[in-house]
Amino acid sequence: MLTRRLIPCLDVRDGRVVKGVRFRDHVDVGDILDLALRYRGEGADELVFYDITASPQGREVGTAWVARVAAAIDIPFCVAGGIASVDGARAVLQAGADKISVNSPALARPALIAELADAFGVQCVVVGIDSLRDADGEWRVRQYSGDPQRARALARPTLDWIEEAVALGAGEIVLNCMGADGVREGYDLPQLRAARARCPVPLVASGGAGAVEHFSAVFAEADVDAALAASVFHSGQVAIPALKRHLREQGLEVRP
Amino acid sequence: MSVVLVDGGGTNIGSVRYALQRLGVDAPLTTDAARIRAASHVILPGVGAAGPAMRRLADFDLVGTLRSLRQPVLGVCLGMQLLFEHSEEADTPCLGLIPAAVRQLPAAPGLRVPHMGWNRLLPRRAHALLAGLPDEAYAYFVHGYAAPPGPWALAGCRHGEDFSAIVQKENFYGMQFHPERSAAVGSLLLKNFLTL
Repeated sequence: MLTRRLIPCLDVRDGRVVKGVRFRDHVDVGDILDLALRYRGEGADELVFYDITASPQGREVGTAWVARVAAAIDIPFCVAGGIASVDGARAVLQAGADKISVNSPALARPALIAELADAFGVQCVVVGIDSLRDADGEWRVRQYSGDPQRARALARPTLDWIEEAVALGAGEIVLNCMGADGVREGYDLPQLRAARARCPVPLVASGGAGAVEHFSAVFAEADVDAALAASVFHSGQVAIPALKRHLREQGLEVRP
Repeated sequence: MSVVLVDGGGTNIGSVRYALQRLGVDAPLTTDAARIRAASHVILPGVGAAGPAMRRLADFDLVGTLRSLRQPVLGVCLGMQLLFEHSEEADTPCLGLIPAAVRQLPAAPGLRVPHMGWNRLLPRRAHALLAGLPDEAYAYFVHGYAAPPGPWALAGCRHGEDFSAIVQKENFYGMQFHPERSAAVGSLLLKNFLTL
């Protein structure tokens, strides 16, 4: 049976791993390769590298560090941030990334998702979605969340965008629930449950992990395929081997 | 030992090459039939769709070459599917080395397609390729099409239904998952292949 995946997310800026709270005020947490190897050794099932400088500045990710990671680690990894064209995606995939994730550029031009799926297959096209609940109770998508100056709210409801992205060729959805992000009080279960009901492809929960119980809750109650987290892993507050033991005790299947 | 990677245009070629480097083997990428015939081990990686992959092999006039090889040949992911007779993906005739057809994995409630993630290998018959494989061995899969179970299966896997995860017929081998991204299990299987 397919196991539930645990995915440390490494936010990359200028070649270093950084972490902010609610997308702002980033602090340095280490070297890309050191952290990638550490997580691989601890039993991470996959890694996501998110170049938070790329998209807001309108440039695509550099590929030299992608090739260094690909040469060093033997688990899958996805690169996100600023990929806005088939050529940009090809450079990242040829450098050794297994998947590419698009977010703001796909909102600006949804046909990008179909172009990527046609060129590389749906299996390597991930669509990342930053979502926040508005005062009227509707979850809506946010664009350019990595840059406080350019970040903006869109009229597009999150659940509609999930369906549209999958129809266009997204092979996986990463739903980052911004209201929960960085505050470690647990994943946004109502939003993820609603997303699960509309998402036939693998769904990755993001935002809010603070304790092992948050992971078992999101798998058991929102039936997501994978859980992504950053700060709880970087700080050592949640260690992956202990987390996997906890999930197994709860009857959830994980890779040994 | 001289290992070559057939450049079928797949984007995971770099990853497979790195995995071999981690085992101390430098495998050049090639589309040259003479170099492929001269190699001790041939690996056919592949990510993407069956139709364009077969067209690319035909464009480089490699279909006959690959079919006639006598040394160990390993197809990875799409490369494994190409070893079969036919793929349902865009109704594509493949290399015809294993007598079965590759079909789309059926989606069902609670069953996501593509099949993406770590799943357990279920050994079906003993073979040197599986030497030393732990009882609970997991590999990383990313695919929407799969080959059925059959006498060619060295190991199966289950995602809703059973399918072939590791295949062998004569000197042709295939892995539906990505050994280059399957941590210690993948590394062991690649190392075993190089000893065949």
